[in-house]
Amino acid sequence: MLEMTRPMDDTMTKTKPASRPTRGSFPSEAVRERLASFLLPLLATALLCGLWLLYSHAPGVTLPGPDRVLSESKELILHPFYDHGSIDVGIGWQLLSSLKRVAMGYTLAVLVGVGLGLLIGSVKVLHQAFDPIFQVLRTIPPLAWLPIALATFNQAAPSAVFVIFITAVWPILLNTAAGVQNIPKDYTQVAQVYRVRGLRYFWLILLPATAPFLFTGLRIGIGLAWLAIVAAEMLTGGVGIGFFLWDCWNSGRLSDIFVAVASIGLVGLVLDRAVAGLGSFVGAKPA
Amino acid sequence: MHEERFVEFSRVEQVFGSGKKSYHALANIDLHIAKGQFVSIIGHSGCGKSTLLNLVAGLAKPTSGSTIVGGKHVTGPGLDRAVVFQQHALLPWLSVEDNVRLGIDSRFPEKDRQWRIERARQYVEMVGLGAHAKKKPAEISGGMKQRAGIARAFAVDPTVLLLDEPFGALDALTRGIMQDELTKLWESDRKTVIMITHDVDEAVFLSDRIVLMTNGPAATIHSVLDVPMARPRDRETILDDKDYVHVRKELVHYLTATRHKEAA
Repeated sequence: MLEMTRPMDDTMTKTKPASRPTRGSFPSEAVRERLASFLLPLLATALLCGLWLLYSHAPGVTLPGPDRVLSESKELILHPFYDHGSIDVGIGWQLLSSLKRVAMGYTLAVLVGVGLGLLIGSVKVLHQAFDPIFQVLRTIPPLAWLPIALATFNQAAPSAVFVIFITAVWPILLNTAAGVQNIPKDYTQVAQVYRVRGLRYFWLILLPATAPFLFTGLRIGIGLAWLAIVAAEMLTGGVGIGFFLWDCWNSGRLSDIFVAVASIGLVGLVLDRAVAGLGSFVGAKPA
Repeated sequence: MHEERFVEFSRVEQVFGSGKKSYHALANIDLHIAKGQFVSIIGHSGCGKSTLLNLVAGLAKPTSGSTIVGGKHVTGPGLDRAVVFQQHALLPWLSVEDNVRLGIDSRFPEKDRQWRIERARQYVEMVGLGAHAKKKPAEISGGMKQRAGIARAFAVDPTVLLLDEPFGALDALTRGIMQDELTKLWESDRKTVIMITHDVDEAVFLSDRIVLMTNGPAATIHSVLDVPMARPRDRETILDDKDYVHVRKELVHYLTATRHKEAA
């Protein structure tokens, strides 16, 4: 008869946790998930590039395929910060130039949009008066503002910044106003009963409650601003990714167009994630 | 006389909306509550209980008639009539103790910050949330959130405490614990309490008087029952108490009898 003369030894107590899947060998569930999220987009991109390649080699098609783009635009891709004088500069400089304009226009849009948004959302009379006007103005495409801007400022640079401002300000303003109007009744009642008023109400209740809406507006705004700058620069010229893109087309450098477009997309993604990241850092969960 | 009619509703009518879309919530409410009494209001859904509470709180104005607290007409909300909300209504971006301190800062602005922080700590400890003081509402349970709401209300040292179905969202076990905590707090500092509840046992166990309301629209007060049981009340022995059984029976009878008349 077996007798346990001593306590169960370590090998019995240190059993592996039951959560490890018994089916499937080497890659655990978590590792597989991570591989999938990395490999699947890669595969999809490869597939699309493959289709693009096939299409570009079809008879009568002048569009360059990925093979031509990589060979013809090598310098553009590999040396993003070259400087051959005047506007012949690397794609890095072009993007930075555009980003500078976005920064100026967007900052203005944030200041005006948040400020007015808080005001419009809080004062019913103002909301009733101005909301219809805003609803009309916000549907105007950014480029439609360009002639007005040029006529006002007579210069390309401030006009471009204005176009960015007028594009980004609407989502910021309207979302902020909506945030103020959507403060849950519970919080306003708490404020009333417990006498939280004025500046205290602003910092402790209004701003935190509005934050999710505000950041949604900021995120939409940055996306629109980036869209606007590319379009605006096509018309205003100078150093900037928008004009670079248009210039490539006019000079017949089709391969360079693809590089430009890819860089525009990537920068747009980075901007969006940056604002989203700021939002979660501040603790504003999406509305 | 002042103390007898500390909270008084006088010929109060409440109509919401106007014209065709009007809803006659309350009709001809006449009620007075003595100072330091614990009064429950009970009735079926839609009988205007919350409206009545909002009138005392000052969160609503009566269409006609007056609500008087301590000899003064109620014209708006105030720290003398603290509210414990049904859905706790804690600010999710503030910690428990910061939430409790919110009202304290409004009530005692002349005191220095350290005193106010201390007072918040005190009340947080009093409701048993000392270990959770720095947590955000999302990190604590429903019962704890309500306790925080109660601490917030008590901390401003109100004259009247208004509770809107404070334990409705809690499970039966937690509810019992919370009732005891509320009683403990109240007995150390006899404020006038008006509580709305759906729970018959809760009403009888906690209150000095129970107001029965008729069903809406045009709800009014059907009757007011006295709950004569002595305090402190023991949860275990009370079930055999004659008065408890009697009052409870009356309540259940009334609520059952009015049930089929309530709006779908």
